[in-house]
Amino acid sequence: MKKLGLIVNPIAGMGGRVGLKGTDGVVKRALELGALPRAPQRAKKALEVLKEISNEIEIVTYSGDMGEREAKECGFKTKIITAVENEFTTSQDTINAARKMLEERVDLILFAGGDGTARDIYNAVKEEMVVLGIPAGVKIHSPVYAQSPLRAGKLAKQYLQGKVKLIKEVEVLDIDERAYRNGNVKTRLYGYLNIPFEKRYVQNRKAGTPLSEKAAQNAISLDIIDNMIEDTLYIIGPGSTTRPIMQNLNLPYTLLGVDLIYNKQIVGLDVTEKELLKHISDKPSKLIITPIGGQGYLFGRGNQQISPEVIKQVGKDNIIVIATKEKISNLQGKPFLVDTGDIKIDEMLNGYIRVITGYKEQMIYPIKT
Amino acid sequence: MKRIDRNYKVRNFHQAKWDEPIIFELSKKGERGVLVPKAEEEITAVVGDGVSKIPQHMRRKKAANLPEISQPRVLRHYMRLSQETLGADVNIEIGQGTCTVKYSPKVNELLARLPQITEVHPLQDESTVQGILEIMYKTDLYMREISGMDRFTFQPSGGSQGILTIASVVRAYFEERGEADKRDEIITTIYSHPSDAAAPAVKGYKIIYIHPDENGHPDFEAFKTVVSERTAAFIVANPEDTGVYNPRIKEFTNLVHEFGGLCGYDQANANGLLGVTRAKEAGFDMCFFNLHKTFSTPHGCGGPATGATGVTKELEKYLPAPLIDYDGSKYFLNYEITNNPYSIGKVRLFNGVAPVVLKAYAWIMSLGSEGLYEVAKVAVLNNNYLFKKLMEIDCVDAPYIKGKQRVEQVRYTIKKLTNDTGITTGDIQRRMMDFGMHYWTSHHPYYVPEPITLEPTETPSKEDLDEYIETLKHVFNEAYENPEIIKTAPHRSVCHKIDESSLDNPDEWAITWRSYLKKSKA
Repeated sequence: MKKLGLIVNPIAGMGGRVGLKGTDGVVKRALELGALPRAPQRAKKALEVLKEISNEIEIVTYSGDMGEREAKECGFKTKIITAVENEFTTSQDTINAARKMLEERVDLILFAGGDGTARDIYNAVKEEMVVLGIPAGVKIHSPVYAQSPLRAGKLAKQYLQGKVKLIKEVEVLDIDERAYRNGNVKTRLYGYLNIPFEKRYVQNRKAGTPLSEKAAQNAISLDIIDNMIEDTLYIIGPGSTTRPIMQNLNLPYTLLGVDLIYNKQIVGLDVTEKELLKHISDKPSKLIITPIGGQGYLFGRGNQQISPEVIKQVGKDNIIVIATKEKISNLQGKPFLVDTGDIKIDEMLNGYIRVITGYKEQMIYPIKT
Repeated sequence: MKRIDRNYKVRNFHQAKWDEPIIFELSKKGERGVLVPKAEEEITAVVGDGVSKIPQHMRRKKAANLPEISQPRVLRHYMRLSQETLGADVNIEIGQGTCTVKYSPKVNELLARLPQITEVHPLQDESTVQGILEIMYKTDLYMREISGMDRFTFQPSGGSQGILTIASVVRAYFEERGEADKRDEIITTIYSHPSDAAAPAVKGYKIIYIHPDENGHPDFEAFKTVVSERTAAFIVANPEDTGVYNPRIKEFTNLVHEFGGLCGYDQANANGLLGVTRAKEAGFDMCFFNLHKTFSTPHGCGGPATGATGVTKELEKYLPAPLIDYDGSKYFLNYEITNNPYSIGKVRLFNGVAPVVLKAYAWIMSLGSEGLYEVAKVAVLNNNYLFKKLMEIDCVDAPYIKGKQRVEQVRYTIKKLTNDTGITTGDIQRRMMDFGMHYWTSHHPYYVPEPITLEPTETPSKEDLDEYIETLKHVFNEAYENPEIIKTAPHRSVCHKIDESSLDNPDEWAITWRSYLKKSKA
């Protein structure tokens, strides 16, 4: 018997229909405007697919709106772990639910919501569990979500049946809703979650098999390491693309923080802007960064420590951008973006930049402000 | 008597499926295909036992582990495998975009199988092989006319080896100038063939890729930021895999020359350009033609092939030896180049694949210059007919230069179909096998999302094109109406789904029987 954790954020998506661009902190207003819950229906669409294997799974969920109702309406064997008491569920409920499921060692957490919900799940379980999102929120930027509820159901089913075995680390992204309501889209990288990964099967062997993302990232890191210059400070930006640099040098690292290397030794972990400025003031420095997947931000999203002042002092010529070819192709021709907060710095970055995409392999890619 | 109903376009195909083991698995100890008779006494009296003349350290201690198998079982084995393939002789070969798989006249095959060519040995005295030397010499002259280059070598036995030859010439050229260390970058584009990057990488070059601008032409502004004194060469296809021709190519080659670099033209596929444009006028210093693509020799699934590589006068001295020359009375192998210390040396044994050059020569001679131009025009016409018909299908699109024609092929996208149904281009590819059709997506990564790359060449008829189009439409409809049949495809083909996800893990694959036995040990 497989255990499936189910978390429905019942308020997700309510802001969208009434033009609120997100529901975080404005549930009451959304209800007044006549918003109707949307997540429960979307969750049920995914669960319908899982009904075919209902005798093989037990659903572990929260009471009422957060999963119990949907699971029972679809006729699943359901275990309730906690009752929700408040009239409106909050993000704390999502976090608590996910933590409980971690304790219960469920095989997969299926959650319905939006970018905010994915962040809550990330805060609770980090990379310790395999999860999958049913898209139900207003904002869906994180690739933790399947393309539709139906496809979420199908992928969850295949994973629980053992037909899909691979997992993939994907970005948890969210935008600042307050800024978004004012017309500014600011997406940030909050972390990484593990989702099931469906293989593509092939038939016609005309072209070679591409490198896996992991192997491609590794090749990039070897190019970086082989070309490291002595007595130079290397500022390693956040993200899974920069991680193999640290791993191949056997150094500790922070996935979301900015770390510093000098002569292949760690001189700072998860440093602040102030510490960065202090370090670069007396040494030649190089800055290694990777764009955020799917949207291409180089600066201003998830790496605010690297402030306009830091960029200015390092200089454009000392910025090393790294990305796998797959990551570049996923941008589908959209340029890299920068939003450092300083228009002069943004303009300085405007133009083209070399991107290291493999060992002795680079691309020229546009940056637009 | 009832007439057979032929009132359908989509074929009810079913491929042979033999579940045939690997030949090593068919081996039975002691089984023999041929029993070699013992040498007669008169012979052993002269040559001895035939083995003891071989030095001790070069003799095998143990017999080679070859399959032991009788003649009928060998025949059956390979006949079965041959029934499990597709190719230009059995199916409508439109689906292998970029490969230029055309009908190759059988008469050329007959010529290449004459004993006068199959029995020729590359070490024969020149006086006994004047015929094939003359053919190679004249094919060189035709290639010069077609490209504007000054000298060709047929030694490279494929397109990638042609590119390797170009990259080697680039290195030799800068070594002679003492700039080899400084010139460490080679520029190409994301829609050029991956070998345009891979072969120079083998020579130690750093590869820089240029992305296209919004029209699908290589981004000239990006190009300008990267061409420098570090540029050794620019190696590019034009048109690229998208079928879009870069009309500003001369500006690109001029810029590279301004900085002292060289330009190599990937003309592996020149099918839409014969008699239309030439490498020389586009400012290139080198180019290569895959004789097995454009020149119909034909595409041989891994060989034999020829990447005929041409260079300008200035670069001739770097070419691999020998070249073939004519002194007014006889043709001869010219090794003079080997005196140049910067010659790149050999890229392959002897002088390339002679029967392939012969077939290209025969093909060119049968067409003449007007015929070659006609090939290009019909190939482009066929492609644009297919293009127009496919663009009428709702779920098909093609990025770049909207409303304009393409050259010899098109890279399409069925992103809409994937968004609507969840069926990917890889799924469609597997399903097309059920109708005996090839269907190619693209090299990786997929810069064009959910890509299809189709290239009809000049040889299919309108009926052939229509059958391919109808089959594609049928499969696209299935994606909307019965996606499960596509997800689980193929149903009537040899292979089922192949999982390539572990192919970068060496524990999961083997390229020899011995390593398979070792790696698959329980």
